[in-house]
Amino acid sequence: MDLIRIKNVNKTYKTGVTAIYDLSLTIEKGEFIFIIGSTGCGKSTLIKMLYREEKPTSGKIIVGGIDVAKLRNGKVYKIRRKIGVVFQDFKLLPRLNVYENVAFAAEVLGLSKAEIHGKVVKALELVGLKARAKNYPEQLSGGEQQRVALARAIINEPKLLICDEPTGNLDEVTSMEIMNVLEEINKLGTTIIMVTHDTEIVDKMKKRVILLDSGRLLKDYEKGTYKHESI
Amino acid sequence: MKVFRILSRNIRDSFKSVFRNFSLSIASISCITITLIVVAIAIVLSDNVNNFATLVEKDVTIVTFISNEATSDDIKSLGAKIEALDNIDSVTFDSKMDIMKEMMESSDVFNNIMSNWTEETTPIQDTYLVKVVDIEGIKNVADEIKKMDFVTVVKYGEGMVEQLVSIFDVVRKISIGLVIALIIVTAFLIANTIKITIFSRKREIEIMRLVGASNINIKIPFIMEGLFLGIMGAIIPICVTIFGYIALYTKFDGQLFSPFISLITPEPFVYTISLILLLIGMAVGMFGSLRAVKKYLKI
Repeated sequence: MDLIRIKNVNKTYKTGVTAIYDLSLTIEKGEFIFIIGSTGCGKSTLIKMLYREEKPTSGKIIVGGIDVAKLRNGKVYKIRRKIGVVFQDFKLLPRLNVYENVAFAAEVLGLSKAEIHGKVVKALELVGLKARAKNYPEQLSGGEQQRVALARAIINEPKLLICDEPTGNLDEVTSMEIMNVLEEINKLGTTIIMVTHDTEIVDKMKKRVILLDSGRLLKDYEKGTYKHESI
Repeated sequence: MKVFRILSRNIRDSFKSVFRNFSLSIASISCITITLIVVAIAIVLSDNVNNFATLVEKDVTIVTFISNEATSDDIKSLGAKIEALDNIDSVTFDSKMDIMKEMMESSDVFNNIMSNWTEETTPIQDTYLVKVVDIEGIKNVADEIKKMDFVTVVKYGEGMVEQLVSIFDVVRKISIGLVIALIIVTAFLIANTIKITIFSRKREIEIMRLVGASNINIKIPFIMEGLFLGIMGAIIPICVTIFGYIALYTKFDGQLFSPFISLITPEPFVYTISLILLLIGMAVGMFGSLRAVKKYLKI
């Protein structure tokens, strides 16, 4: 079943720069997809449109049955609750500890304390950070901080997890640890879309790869067929 | 249940963030405190000027001198006629004998001269003391009375009263304008201070939106925080108003320089001002927060 349907999407920024040209794409439930391409090829714009940080200039984007392009500002939270997002710079709140950072995403849903506790513990267990719940972000390594961000992104069991260069700031070993966690999450049924520059990871994971070039869909590789093309 | 949980969490978070962003909170609170003190002083001054003006205006009386030829029935009917006029607050009869007695008691010189005067021989006339409701219409009332029978002279301090009324009117308008202007300036000043507080938490708002907090969910903690800052900022101005004004009132014995200028009695005056200050603090705190947070919700 389709989770995401992108149809003839164009995106031109107010500055006049066109980031996406006539893009059509279908992503099924439970897939693990890499979006690759050189800097400025439109990768970030594409995923920003998925969680409605940006609106397409024309075309249709349906995520989990919701027409994202038509979503008003006041209703954006509806799609955000179905999507988890992870960034290169983690975006953790420095004044909250690990537990509070993760719980933050569950609190907005108005769950009870006990429910939130259960969810936080489960998410922290999945990313292997249960022991560090009381630590603050600055006391953690980069890899650990990214795992906190991952726990926060999955606490509400989203159908879709969007990762914007999650390993961009991490070394090779730590990156692979994060990838292992992502694979775990994917196995539990969450669809994962990951933007990356890291060709090594893409090679190793053998997943579907979408290659963008100057805002156009250049190639859509089947699982494992991608072989370190020059990007 | 869900709504209450979210609301109580919002209130808790707003309290927490006041202390977590302590230095900026203190900056906002001090800003509110200083401006509210200025507002309080302006209100105290303008209210006292108003009070003084009202008292003076109330004191202005039309003195109607009645001809000595008038019989007691004539005098009675004249009084009734005056009372029937528009804009009349009170009409008091002052008989010539009463006036004479009062004058004789007030000075020995008068006493010597007047001791031989009888009701028939006295040159002093019976009078009606007339007070009006609206001071601006005093001239019309005086003119009407002048036309009546047995009225010899009508006096109310012509010229002086009109001038006084127009001066008080200007002073009143200026003081009200000043207070309103001050409140508006305060609101913007506080809005800007809170904006800085919130600017430092842009990331927090961004993440809240990212994890699916609805706009109202994001706004409420900031509005509560603004409300809380407003209340905190109003505490010192309220204390200054209550204790300062009572101390001033006691020190000057309720009057400034002369018994002519009397101050407003502290109760319930200071409590009214305190309530106004609290409401201004709360309103501008909320307004400031809302204005600031709205800016970051336009994603």
